[in-house]
Amino acid sequence: MLTYKDVGLNKEEYDLIVERLGRIPNDLELSMFGVMWSEHCSYKNSKALLKLFNTKSERVLQGPGENAGVVDIGDGLAIAMKIESHNHPSAFEPYQGAATGVGGILRDVFTMGARPIANLNSIRFGRLELEKTKHLLKGVVKGIGDYGNSVGIPTVGGETVFNECYNDNPLVNAMSVGLLKREDLKKAAAKGVGNPVMLVGHTTGRDGMGGASFASCDLTKESEEKRSAVQVGDPFMEKLLLEACLELIKEGCVVGIQDLGAAGLTSASCETAFRGGSGIKIDVTKVITREKGMNPIEIMISESQERMLVIVEKGKEDRVFEIFNKWGLHASVIGEVTDDGFVSVYEGERLVGQVPAKLLADGAPINLRPFKRPKYMDELMNFDTSKVEKPKDLKETILKLLKSPNIASKKWVYSQYDHQVRNSTVIKPGGDAALVLVDGTDKGIALTVDCNERYCYLNPYEGAKIAVLEAARNIAATGARPIAITDCLNFANPEKEEIYYQFRNSILGITEASRILNTPVISGNVSFYNQSEKMAIHPTPVIGMLGLLEDAKKHTTIDFKDEGDVIILVGETRDEIGGSEYLKVIFGIEAGRVPEAQVEIEKNTIEAVLKCIDENLLKSCHDISNGGFIVTLLECCFKNEMGAKLSINTDLREDRFLFSESQGRFILSCRKDAADKVILNFKRYGVMAEVIGETQRDKVEIELNGNKVLDIEVKEAKKEWEGGLVCFME
Amino acid sequence: MKAGVVVFPGSNCDKDVFDVLKALDVDVKYIWHDGGKIDVDLLVLPGGFSYGDYLRCGAIARFAKVLEGIYEFSERGNLILGICNGFQILTELKLLPGALLRNKNLKFICSDCQLIVENNNTPFTRFYEKGEVVNFPIAHGEGNYFIDDEGLKRLKEKGQIVFKYKNNPNGSIEDIAGIINEGGNVLGLMPHPERSSSKLLGCDDGLKFFKGAIEFLKG
Repeated sequence: MLTYKDVGLNKEEYDLIVERLGRIPNDLELSMFGVMWSEHCSYKNSKALLKLFNTKSERVLQGPGENAGVVDIGDGLAIAMKIESHNHPSAFEPYQGAATGVGGILRDVFTMGARPIANLNSIRFGRLELEKTKHLLKGVVKGIGDYGNSVGIPTVGGETVFNECYNDNPLVNAMSVGLLKREDLKKAAAKGVGNPVMLVGHTTGRDGMGGASFASCDLTKESEEKRSAVQVGDPFMEKLLLEACLELIKEGCVVGIQDLGAAGLTSASCETAFRGGSGIKIDVTKVITREKGMNPIEIMISESQERMLVIVEKGKEDRVFEIFNKWGLHASVIGEVTDDGFVSVYEGERLVGQVPAKLLADGAPINLRPFKRPKYMDELMNFDTSKVEKPKDLKETILKLLKSPNIASKKWVYSQYDHQVRNSTVIKPGGDAALVLVDGTDKGIALTVDCNERYCYLNPYEGAKIAVLEAARNIAATGARPIAITDCLNFANPEKEEIYYQFRNSILGITEASRILNTPVISGNVSFYNQSEKMAIHPTPVIGMLGLLEDAKKHTTIDFKDEGDVIILVGETRDEIGGSEYLKVIFGIEAGRVPEAQVEIEKNTIEAVLKCIDENLLKSCHDISNGGFIVTLLECCFKNEMGAKLSINTDLREDRFLFSESQGRFILSCRKDAADKVILNFKRYGVMAEVIGETQRDKVEIELNGNKVLDIEVKEAKKEWEGGLVCFME
Repeated sequence: MKAGVVVFPGSNCDKDVFDVLKALDVDVKYIWHDGGKIDVDLLVLPGGFSYGDYLRCGAIARFAKVLEGIYEFSERGNLILGICNGFQILTELKLLPGALLRNKNLKFICSDCQLIVENNNTPFTRFYEKGEVVNFPIAHGEGNYFIDDEGLKRLKEKGQIVFKYKNNPNGSIEDIAGIINEGGNVLGLMPHPERSSSKLLGCDDGLKFFKGAIEFLKG
């Protein structure tokens, strides 16, 4: 006999199950509750707060609750997207953990009837000086690359971040984006009594047993013994499954379709039945296993990868077999849709478990947990940044920042990802956001993932707002209009009141910013328990954002193009070095007041940027973020080795001006004769914009209030920036 | 003039090269690995991971049913183009000499890549100047071309080296990026000319590559 503890439930949850069933569950039923009521599957500690998100706009076709969110992009087309974490598996098996993270998110997208066209990821690690970090980084990047490259979906963007808060708990968040015709939109619902339920794709084995529960507790020494909970991926199988499923959907055979992710067959069966308001009957002896002697529990909770549950229109089974045969894949009828509201599990003729689908899929008790403002916040926020002394050598300070791992070029990472397959990638990794063409149209979609975990730690509410704003600026810098969000909320243990405060306030911040920008949250994922015995991660609400550019030819990139172009600084630079990369890298300080996030003003700034790009006025556009004005400026210079000669007046001390991370700012360049129009556009939106100088060959020279503060060769700076990450990894 | 793009399970650049040929007004079709017919003038083996590239890149694909008649097809002087995985398959088929090993740095590399046209006397490169530098992106984990001394000597003597890397990214012997057979009708290269076919995507140096073959076949 299993106990409730064996399957990761608590006493109250167990008592509730007994009460609702009216009897004691058997081992199979208890195991099914164990995985379905885990944090990972039930969202029991987050659901109540997630309801706060604004999830609607005129474009939203499918909000949260399905495998992926879907938005309309016009001309009968839509985009499906979702981001998901694979943090716990990647902490122990970085290669397989990351690879199967990509596999899972791809299935979430093509389950909706969409063809995946781009992947992104946000990966976060501890201090790069640690051998463990290098091992994790190598494994994760190779895992993401090998899987995505093989399936043939370009990995077009992402972020790679280092902070000691991730020493024990790396984060691996994978995002996928797919294109579909509106009429092909599929839902994961089981409908039509008597319709056959088919399991297709890979065989079922003992890998990934209990992965959902594994992901729902802190990482401890004992976790390492649960390594078998990590799944093993097969990208070739995924590619075949992708093609076969899309063909199946196109042929009109599919009533409902759901991928087998966390909690395997258990979640796929009860969720489709619950969504369809029906029941499902499964015979486990019909499941094709890759190992002998698997019992019903193992079959029902296995998390073997590359599998799909398909509810087929009765009478079309043969066509399904034909399509799957063509692709060399397994398919078997394992049961049928019923109208009794139960998930009924049979072993041949014998009924071995029967529970209400609704109770399993949606019955876990929802907690609104107590929260408390963390003690550290006031102390860190009140840190007096005016005590930070001006560095003696500004140039040395800048070079040091450029080669620090968070600012240095990430080419070592993204060159291992095929970012050009599908021949649609207009803006490749290394820019503000990626831009991908939409087949058969002039449109492009812009994609980015962003989060500054230091801001979120110092002030979860403001930090989360800034994550949304930064994503929106990155999208706008390409010329695309931000239209939707998918979010991956990575936090520590929600049972701790201070952590729950971080979670709650992050959600409030995202909600506030996304409401004003009209970028609803259409899908997402929560990952709790990113915490070891020694430390908890900083709150990390990663924002994946989608933007739409009607004419992709109008896009803008970050690089200065030609000599003698005018350089314009947009937005106000304030004395805001709290929480900055500058404080962290140069002084080792993670404290201070985070920059102010003025959402309404930023909305206007974005409108003005979009107007300028639409009128073909800009030659380059780059949003100012980590490292402040000077790092952003140099990033504009690197690709074409084009420098700048600037003269700026400011009330701020030199280092404050150069390194402040004030929000809502951009560096633009344009032809001389376009400058007046550009400034006027910003003026009309009430946004500050001023000409600060011109591009010039090879050198960056800056005067502040008439004093020359910097004279640096672009090549010299570029060398530091390019080598920063490589010198650790090679 | 007709062209066909073979689709193996795991091919993933099939659509990319199909679209480029289509945009150049070529009568092009997909040919399924299992039972498709090679009734075309130009056969393209596209990039990707045929059959998962398990065992060794291209090692399983060479046994594909569709390729049963490939030697005869080649002997008749039809054009065969292998890009990336297609190049690997052509070496496994022994239609081209040498082999492709893992990249020297043991990593997958996706990057823009400059090539030098070594031989412009082939159907594909006839519109380039000899010595011209073109940009065809690369994306491979096993593109490190190797051939023994004797084979290399022969390649040089017969002018079979078509493209060389300007900055060797993968450790290929003598910077070799693409070669042609002695008959001058079977060409394999690791870089992707189809990814260099649109200014909007960054570069269109590759268009002349396809146009060369098309014009050649049209006579």
